[in-house]
Parts: sequence; structure tokens; C-alpha cells
Amino acid sequence: MVCASYNPPVDSVDSYEPLNLLETKSLTRRFDVLTAVDHVSFAVRESEVFGLVGPNGAGKSTMIKMMTTLLRPTSGTATICGYDIVKQSASVRRQIGYVPQMVSADGDLTAKENLLLVATLYDVPKAERRERAEEALEFMNLADVADKRVRQFSGGMIRRLEIAQSMLHRPKMLFLDEPTVGLDPVARSSVWDHILELRDRYQTTILLTTHLMDEVENLCDRMGVMHHGKMVAVGTSAELKTATGDPKATLDDVFIKFAGERIDESSGFRAISRARRTARRLG
Amino acid sequence: MVGVEATKLRRDPTEILSRAIQPALWMLVFGQVMSHARAINTGRLPYLDFMAPGILAQSVLFTSIFYGLSAIWEKDLGILHKYLVSPAPRSALVAGKALSAGMRGIIQSVFVYCLSLILSVHLDWNPIHLVGGLVAILLGAAFFSTFSLIIACIVKSRERFMGIGQVMTMPLFFASNAIYPIKMMPPWLQAISHMNPLTYQVDLLRSTMIVGGVNNFPIGLDLAVLLGSTVVAIVIAARLYPGLAQ
Ligand SMILES: Nc1ncnc2c1ncn2[C@@H]1O[C@H](COP(=O)(O)OP(=O)(O)OP(=O)(O)O)[C@@H](O)[C@H]1O
Ligand SMILES: [Mg+2]
Repeated sequence: MVCASYNPPVDSVDSYEPLNLLETKSLTRRFDVLTAVDHVSFAVRESEVFGLVGPNGAGKSTMIKMMTTLLRPTSGTATICGYDIVKQSASVRRQIGYVPQMVSADGDLTAKENLLLVATLYDVPKAERRERAEEALEFMNLADVADKRVRQFSGGMIRRLEIAQSMLHRPKMLFLDEPTVGLDPVARSSVWDHILELRDRYQTTILLTTHLMDEVENLCDRMGVMHHGKMVAVGTSAELKTATGDPKATLDDVFIKFAGERIDESSGFRAISRARRTARRLG
Repeated sequence: MVGVEATKLRRDPTEILSRAIQPALWMLVFGQVMSHARAINTGRLPYLDFMAPGILAQSVLFTSIFYGLSAIWEKDLGILHKYLVSPAPRSALVAGKALSAGMRGIIQSVFVYCLSLILSVHLDWNPIHLVGGLVAILLGAAFFSTFSLIIACIVKSRERFMGIGQVMTMPLFFASNAIYPIKMMPPWLQAISHMNPLTYQVDLLRSTMIVGGVNNFPIGLDLAVLLGSTVVAIVIAARLYPGLAQ
């Protein structure tokens, strides 16, 4: 029912009461011999902020790419708002927003032009485009730089603009792949505030990936830990701390227990050089 | 979709200028030398007149053929992903790119027309012919930019694309009627140039852009080949485009 406000579905959704906005069943993706996502079954509930953590190469981005219909699963299924990500990918695309790990704003355009382009892509009625863009800029505290080229933006401003882009069409569900990578603490907490406000104002369901345990603590209602393509633990941070068996456990301990290693030890050369590249691009 | 590409074009006048230098060199140096030498028999048509449409088509080709590179660039950033998660049909995304290439082509035509005017090429200002020329430019640019996008979807990396782009452009140009009549070519080259859409674009341009230009093929055939190959290219590209993100 909830999703119907956006795109009246053809049938069947009326009888569907989504407690879980997103649901995967044995979702798997292989690249040649490597299984990047390995039989993952989990669910994200309506209006929650769900944090996906795991070492570099755990399969977080691959997971998001499948759910945003960019990548076809090798096997298994997933639904968003009741729509199958493979068979009803066009309907899924209408329900979701996505901020990739890389930079998706166009540096040659101004903030407003970027938003107007996205509004066009999402078929927002012409008369409403300008208004929506301005509202989104306002919401993300970017109104005073609306007509500046994105090239001159700071990393935090770019991220906020990208989130503005991804929410322009009021998606039911938002995927944010490492939304705060490369940001300073001030910019990071500003992005957090905006994510939470987005959820509170529009009831947007949010799935984000991160390497920062304090981000999970501050932002997420529930979390999932991925390791070598498998979802090894899902729950609230309190539940997962309890699951470690140590009453004084921190989320770092949770990570070590389930992912078997510290975040900083698991980073290979490829991941490091990629993370640095991303950080540089943002800066 | 297309309107936004125009903004970028406006922002980047240096690029258009630098693209304009190449046709200028061809017409000034190659054109002058050849018309003095009378090495190429173009009938009663002065060689510069014969060559002007070919050079116009060439400059549009050289710009369009690197469109795939910008698609790879957009992939290496996250811009391609942003396009692909939107509900916009893939064919619309691809067609938008083709049309923006067409727009660039028209700006280049204005430049080549001016250049031709200076070199006193006998331009044909008949409005119907002008429109015909416009169509030839639009379709040619749309085809070659989409063709380039298809290559980009197959090779996926900037380095490989650059290599292939260089290797491809020259044969496309020389295996066409751009700077010499098809009749002058050896038979094997004639055969190839008959399969080259550039030949039909030049043919259409030659019969619309200049006074006394004669075409080798019926205009209907030129149009059909250009339109047909553009549509086929867009259909193929729309299928391959999502794969670029994987
Ligand atoms: N297109 C691809 N072709 C081959 N292998 C790939 C491809 N995309 C991802 N992989 C591999 O799949 C694994 C999971 O990658 P993924 O990007 O999902 O990890 P991640 O959890 O997002 O890591 P990070 O924290 O570094 O972003 C990695 O080993 C990666 O090398
Ligand atoms: Mg990732």
C-alpha cells in the first residue's frame, strides 16, 4: 500500500502489506570464480536506517548494485516494495534513489542544473522541476550555492548535492554507498543530520554502507555485517553486542567477532588505492 | 535530456574552437595544394567545392567518434550509474547522447560554412537544401556517436578505447568519398566505401551544400542508409549500455 502512492502498481500490491520494504532470498553474484555476494537473505524494514558494514571487498557495493538493478544477480531473488529487482526492474527504479560510492554529480554543471537533469530523467512534470530542485537544495542547505559549478564544491557539499539528487523524486528507498567516505568530521555529521531528517520528514527507508562504527552507532537502527560475500550477522547494535558474549563489547568488537579481523588490517592494496582515489576526487 | 547537454556545450567554447582548427587546416593546406595540382579529377566542380562537404563530414566524424570516451568517463565517475538507476528508458538515454552529438555537429557546420565562404566555395543557400544538409549532419553525427558508444560498451576502458578510436577513424575517413570521388578508388576500396555510412552522408551533403554538386546515389538511398544505420545503432547501444556499469 505504502508504495502505491508513487506509482500505482498494476495489481497485487493491494494485498501486499510490506513490513519489509526490501527482502532478499539467497541473493548471489559471482564474478568468474569469485563469489562477491554469497546466498544473502535479509530484510530492511520500512522507514529504518540500515547500515551494511564489512571489510573491503566483502561485497557491500555489489549487493547495492544488484538492488539498484545495475547488476543482475547470478541467482536468488530480491524485492523492493514488492517488485522483483530483475523481472520488474523498471518499477523498482521508480521506487529507489542511489548515491554511488563514486562521484555522481557532474562537475561541469551547477548544483541546480544537476538537479534539473535528474528531474528530467525521473519524468518530474516540467512545471514542478524548478520547485522540486529548489526544495531539495533548501533541504540540503545548498540554496546559496545553487548556481555555482559543482567543480568548486567541497567534498561534503558534493555528497549533500548527490543525496539531494537521489531524493528529488521522493523515493521510498534510498541506497547510499559509503556516503561519508573522505569527509571531515563536521561534513560527516552534517550528512548524518540530513540523512536522519530525510527519514523523519519523508519516511524514506535508507540502506547505507560504511566502514565507521560510530556512524552505525549514531545513524542506524539496525545493521548487517558482511564478510566474504556472506551476511554473517544482522540486528540492532545492542543485539549484536550481546551476541559477542562480552557485556562491555563495543561495535568494533562486534566487527572483529563477525568479520574476523579489524577493518584496517583487511585493506589490500586495491582497496586502499581505490579509497584514496575516491577521497581525492571528493576533496 | 538533450537540453542539458546543450548547457555543457555552451560552457566549453574552447573545445569547439580547437575542433575547428582541423577542418581549417585541411581546407587551407590540402585543399589549396590539390586544387593547384589538379591531381584529383572532380569534373567541372572546383576541387575546393568538391572537398568542402567532405571536410565538414570529416570534422563531424572526428568529434562524434570520441563520444564513447565521455561515456567511459561517466562510468569511471558515478554519473553513468545515476543515469541507469533512473526510470528513463535506455533508448532515450542513448538517443539523447546521439542528439547532443548532432547539436555539436551543427555548430561545426556553421564554422565550416563560414570557412567555405571565405575561400569562395560556391555554397548553395536554397533553404530546402540547407535543411537537407542539416539532416545529413544530424544523422551522421548521431550514427557515429552511437557507433562510438557501442565500441565503448564493448571495450570499457579508456586506454583500449583510445587505441581503437585512433585505428578506426582514419580508415572510415579514407574509405569514403570525402576527399576523392569513389570512381578513383581501386575496386576493393570502392566496395568498402559502399558499406561506409560516411559515404552516404558526404553524398547527401555534396548534393545540398554546394552549387553544382552531384550525388552518386539517389537522395532517398542516402537518407535511408543514414536513418537505418542510426536506428540500428541506437537499438544495439541501448542493449549494451547498461552493461557498461558492471
Ligand atoms: N565488475 C567486477 N568484476 C570482477 N570482480 C568484481 C567486480 N566488482 C566487484 N568485484 C569483486 O567483488 C568483491 C566485492 O566487491 P565490492 O565492491 O562489492 O566490495 P565492497 O564491500 O563494496 O568493498 P569496499 O569496502 O572496498 O567498497 C571484490 O573482491 C571485488 O574485487
Ligand atoms: Mg564498496
